[in-house]
Amino acid sequence: MAKVKGYVEVNTQRCKGCNLCVVSCPADVLELQPREVNDKGYHYVYMKNPDDCIGCANCGYVCPDAVLTVYRKKIEEKEKV
Amino acid sequence: MDKNELTGAETLVYAKPRLVNDTEMHYCPGCSHGVVHHLVAEVIDELGWAEKTIGVSPVGCAVFAHKYVDIDWQQAAHGRAPAVATAIKRLNPDKMVFTYQGDGDLAAIGTAETIHAANRGENIAIIFINNAIYGMTGGQMAPTTLNQMVTTTCPEGRDPRIMGNPLKIVDMLALLDGVCLATRQSVHTAAAVKKTKRMIKLAFENAMANKGTSIVEVVSSCNAGWRMNPVDANNWMAENMLSVFPVGDLKNL
Ligand SMILES: Cc1ncc(C[n+]2csc(CCOP(=O)(O)OP(=O)(O)O)c2C)c(N)n1
Ligand code: SF4
Ligand code: SF4
Ligand code: SF4
Ligand SMILES: [Mg+2]
Repeated sequence: MAKVKGYVEVNTQRCKGCNLCVVSCPADVLELQPREVNDKGYHYVYMKNPDDCIGCANCGYVCPDAVLTVYRKKIEEKEKV
Repeated sequence: MDKNELTGAETLVYAKPRLVNDTEMHYCPGCSHGVVHHLVAEVIDELGWAEKTIGVSPVGCAVFAHKYVDIDWQQAAHGRAPAVATAIKRLNPDKMVFTYQGDGDLAAIGTAETIHAANRGENIAIIFINNAIYGMTGGQMAPTTLNQMVTTTCPEGRDPRIMGNPLKIVDMLALLDGVCLATRQSVHTAAAVKKTKRMIKLAFENAMANKGTSIVEVVSSCNAGWRMNPVDANNWMAENMLSVFPVGDLKNL
């Protein structure tokens, strides 16, 4: 069975911590850093649940600051019996 | 799975648009302007028109649009972008010329320029960011401000008996014979972003095909002017603005 896996690269210095990508994600993958901030003082986004990412790129489309690069790969999985 | 197994040119599905440069945008966190800038850049790149596009930036928060998208730009005096674009397009008919304007710029001080450029059917595209407020100057009432909406110049809320009703200027423009496309979209979800991109592409194609004036209104949020966080502002926009400014084509010839 083919499964889709995604990965999101974050340009942390460009992020303004607006949270729009976080709420756009259908798989609850993203979160703003609760403590860490970038040089601008923003709590930047990171992949809290990387294994759940499906690479749909919703986060990339809604980000106003072009912070995110999104990858998607089809993974062939062995059928489980 | 680790990062190295997933990343690469073959698996890339989204990246910063090529024509958006590395300069960080001055917009407030979560501002719709940034999203629309990306769409403009992506469409121009996909059409292969980076060298033949001239944008006209407004007065308003997008006054610095020319700093972010790597094409030729001219910055216009407040509201005059359609007049400036008229001259540029008439003198350079082989260029794709568009304006990028806010609601204060397009629907208040620039009403005359907007209406007459559209009525003349100038072969330009107009990208219209309607965030129902004057964002740049600190959140004053715009012609598009909703009734009862609070701004710094209507602190009790807009009272239509004194201040008039929200101006549906794109509905008005759609009535003009010079206009070939008048559409209203939004960018608060990924699906909406993709739809808006398609309409911007159509507007730019129309401008090159000499079909007349195309207007793409993007119902937007200005979280700073509205005194909300970005997520609440997008939700407020969807709940309150889209009933007054519904999404859809008003004219598409
Ligand atoms: C001739 C002139 N009048 C007034 C101003 C002040 N001014 C600057 S931006 C602006 C309104 C901008 O609002 P809008 O077009 O909606 O853009 P936004 O910032 O909301 O994107 C005003 C009134 C000016 N710069 N020039
Ligand atoms: S690509 Fe889709 S699933 Fe992955 S983080 Fe972005 S929105 Fe979530
Ligand atoms: S949408 Fe962009 S700027 Fe906003 S938090 Fe996400 S990555 Fe950062
Ligand atoms: S004031 Fe409003 S329109 Fe201007 S950058 Fe901030 S959020 Fe955007
Ligand atoms: Mg405005």
